[in-house]
Amino acid sequence: MSMRNWIPLVFFLVLVVFLGIGLGLNPKEVPSPLIGKKAPDFNLAQLHQPNQTFSSEQMLGKVWLFNVWASWCVSCREEHRVLNDFNQLQIAPIVGLNYKDEPLDAINWLNKLGNPYLLSVSDSAGKAGLDFGVYGVPETFLIDKKGIIRHKHIGPVTVKALQEEIMPLIAQLNQEAG
Amino acid sequence: MKTWILLLFMFAQTVSAEIEVYDFKDPVLEKRYQSLTEELRCLVCQNQNIADSHAELAQDLRRKVFELLNRGQSDTEIVNYMTDRYGDFVLYRPPFNFKTMILWLGPLLAVLLGALGYSRVVKNTKRSPDTASEDDLKAVQNLLDKE
Repeated sequence: MSMRNWIPLVFFLVLVVFLGIGLGLNPKEVPSPLIGKKAPDFNLAQLHQPNQTFSSEQMLGKVWLFNVWASWCVSCREEHRVLNDFNQLQIAPIVGLNYKDEPLDAINWLNKLGNPYLLSVSDSAGKAGLDFGVYGVPETFLIDKKGIIRHKHIGPVTVKALQEEIMPLIAQLNQEAG
Repeated sequence: MKTWILLLFMFAQTVSAEIEVYDFKDPVLEKRYQSLTEELRCLVCQNQNIADSHAELAQDLRRKVFELLNRGQSDTEIVNYMTDRYGDFVLYRPPFNFKTMILWLGPLLAVLLGALGYSRVVKNTKRSPDTASEDDLKAVQNLLDKE
């Protein structure tokens, strides 16, 4: 067969490869423009102590996880077990952003299912959520010692995601100077 | 019974047609609000703009657009506010840059390749009578004679 006859086949195979890659992608995972940038500042009331506020600057010098959750969020329940287990390992503190929730519902939810958070802040209006580009709960940000977002996980955190992406990255970030 | 069913349908209609309306004092601002919300994509229901979407996120983004407009921000400032948080994906018409090059130029490339292939095929078919062998020509002549 001459070279020319192979051209359509090559085109077809290239197309198959591209479509194959496309099938494997999750369109719900929109890459965040915030990765590599400073985490947006926030100063919000704490869920358990509403008269005290918490600001992201208080975490400077630490590698930490910022987890967006809500008691109305179904897949947060599934994620919660994983977070509870992760917290037992004492690898990195988790701060919760209680997104568009009723504080009472949120506290009851934590009482029932366990509280893996160092603390949670209330974002009833979803303002901090908007600054973090949150569009689907749960979402989790990994923030380094300088307060820069290094990784974003969209959807429930799984054991696999922890083992393969998040924990190795935490180990690496812990090596970096604060 | 029929009237009852009809009434039920009427209620269903009013529930699904619920998108909040903002009051604008300035009609120019209202126009800008409309065009901005039509240009911004809802990230929850990704094939809808925020003007059409009922998702809670779309509601929040609409409110934000309204707020920023009233604060006197320009269209580019508002669009930048959104892309800073949600990336180029929030735009229905993504900007032309290195990452989106294949998106913008891909169709053109496909048309050009198609045209190239087509012109080659046409050229080849035109040449074929010249290259017909003596035997073929004889066979054709025979057929024509039979007619």
